[in-house]
Amino acid sequence: MKTDQDARPAGRGLRQSMSDLHSWVGLLLGWVLYAMFLTGTVSYFKDELSQWMRPELPAQIQVPDPAVVAQRIADELGTVAPGSPQWSLRLPDARNNSVYAFWRTAGAAPGQRAFGEGNFDAATGRTVTSRGTLGGDFFYRFHFQFHYMPVVWGRWIAGIAAMFMLVAIVSGVITHKKIFTDFFTFRWGRGQRSWLDAHNALSVFGLPFHAMITYTGLVTLMALYMPWGERAAIRTAAERQQLTAELSAFIQPGKPSGETAPLASVEDMVRQAQERWGRDNVGRVTATHAGDAAARVAVARGDGGRVSMSPQYLEFEGSTGRLLAVHEGVGAAAETRGVLYALHLGRFSDSVTRWLYFLVSLAGTAMVGTGLVMWIVKRRQKLPDPERPHVGFRVVERLNIAGIAGLSVAMTAFLWANRLLPVTLADRANWEIHGFFIVWALTLLHAVLRPAKKAWVEQLWLAAALLALLPVLNAVTTPRPFWHSLGAGDRVFAGMDAMCWALAGLHAALAVRTQRHQPKPRPARKPVREPVNGAVLREG
Amino acid sequence: MTSMAGWGRRFGPLVSRMAAALFGGYALAALASVAALALPMSKPQAVLTGQMAGFAVYAGAVIWVFAVRSARRAWAGLLVVAAPLLVAAWPVW
Repeated sequence: MKTDQDARPAGRGLRQSMSDLHSWVGLLLGWVLYAMFLTGTVSYFKDELSQWMRPELPAQIQVPDPAVVAQRIADELGTVAPGSPQWSLRLPDARNNSVYAFWRTAGAAPGQRAFGEGNFDAATGRTVTSRGTLGGDFFYRFHFQFHYMPVVWGRWIAGIAAMFMLVAIVSGVITHKKIFTDFFTFRWGRGQRSWLDAHNALSVFGLPFHAMITYTGLVTLMALYMPWGERAAIRTAAERQQLTAELSAFIQPGKPSGETAPLASVEDMVRQAQERWGRDNVGRVTATHAGDAAARVAVARGDGGRVSMSPQYLEFEGSTGRLLAVHEGVGAAAETRGVLYALHLGRFSDSVTRWLYFLVSLAGTAMVGTGLVMWIVKRRQKLPDPERPHVGFRVVERLNIAGIAGLSVAMTAFLWANRLLPVTLADRANWEIHGFFIVWALTLLHAVLRPAKKAWVEQLWLAAALLALLPVLNAVTTPRPFWHSLGAGDRVFAGMDAMCWALAGLHAALAVRTQRHQPKPRPARKPVREPVNGAVLREG
Repeated sequence: MTSMAGWGRRFGPLVSRMAAALFGGYALAALASVAALALPMSKPQAVLTGQMAGFAVYAGAVIWVFAVRSARRAWAGLLVVAAPLLVAAWPVW
């Protein structure tokens, strides 16, 4: 019987195995990871993007008093969602100029839509009148559940991709023996070497962040990915309640009494929370069975001031406004989870930390991107006939173009669609999203039809042009052009315009470099490769 | 038939390793997350500890599977770790 010695020649080291693992794990879901990384990166400015995509809502120069706003929206919800078993509203803060609320619909029959949601004007309490759009939430949701598929499928795909990423990170570190010396090595204009150095520098520089963001990403959805312990241990309703209380400040509706009793002053409840956590650090108000004698209200702490998302909230009796309980701590494991969760979302950040998050995350995106490009660059030198690469090579090459340059084009097109689609269009919010995917599909078609280098350059230039002209489009289609935003101190709109130009510059620089790039002629190789350290050197 | 056998000899161990990494690794992680219930802490905390640790176990298992010399050793290693976890998980399952 043959011994189980695999296809690997004896003596191939650990590093070579890890290098292969890194290459293939990285390649297989590389495009998915790139898209997750880039859309996740821009999601650090999700609230700002949402503001930009609803230009009808005026800039919020000062945050209104959350206590007053809470009362106003609670009153409105009494009209919009009467008898709702549970509603919850997110109070406005420095990054939000509207109040998002969702509610369970009272007495929804099975199969009926059981939830409603809306954005409300903090000043008037009415539903905001702005164009239909998902805003920055589209990129945010896409980065962990994609689109055009059941949410659970998308989340599983994202989980598998994140697990691949984790393996790629660990195997990448093992592969890389001189991890810190190489960080200071950069060989410009040396083809594959430069790509390798760029990939290494981006990876090592952000290594703690990349490892953290991948692991914490898995943690955010761990109840879906690892349900087994929960299934084995949590069997009764009381146990379920205990677990939920460790994770979330959303109080769950019990049974209504059937006796009507108006909700006590929500403003007073929020005032008590403000005394505890600060005027602008109250996150959300959740009420169950508002209007019933059994109503309860939870006022939760905001995200500022601590790096944890573990639930902290005040619980009130709805009909009297009496403070029932102060929930200020959870168990050690739940607190650990809260910290990991908060590290992923970065909502605790002030603006400096937020920009740092954005930049390091962008470096992570570039790490995945350079890794994908390197796969091609490495293999191009070894092609028997560079004019006629094999099918696998061509597939990867084209997917790289559409997956990297094409995604920039498609994401910018999404923002263009936000300004160009008629406000009266039916199902408008979805058409913005369809626009994103149509444009992305077109970039793939373009990448297949054009010679690879031309396709790269053309798509990079297209992305640069779309980004550079977006502020112009904004100036033409809204009354909030750049000079006006600057003068009015509108940081969101002015910042968005400036960001578009910076990213346009980045894409233009990449286009110019790609255009100038001359692939080196294949280095003459010895017919028989010399073994290195007893191993057969199979790669580059 | 011979070509299929040849294919099997050539790629069998690799396919076996991939299965060990993808499914064996997940099974080990799932088992570890249940075994965590044996830890001396309240049920919700143990559940969360198991869930959080599971991904590290999974990643470690995948690295192990591709680091060792043969597919057989890869599976053997997973089983060796699984045995004590199974003992810990047994009473609660």
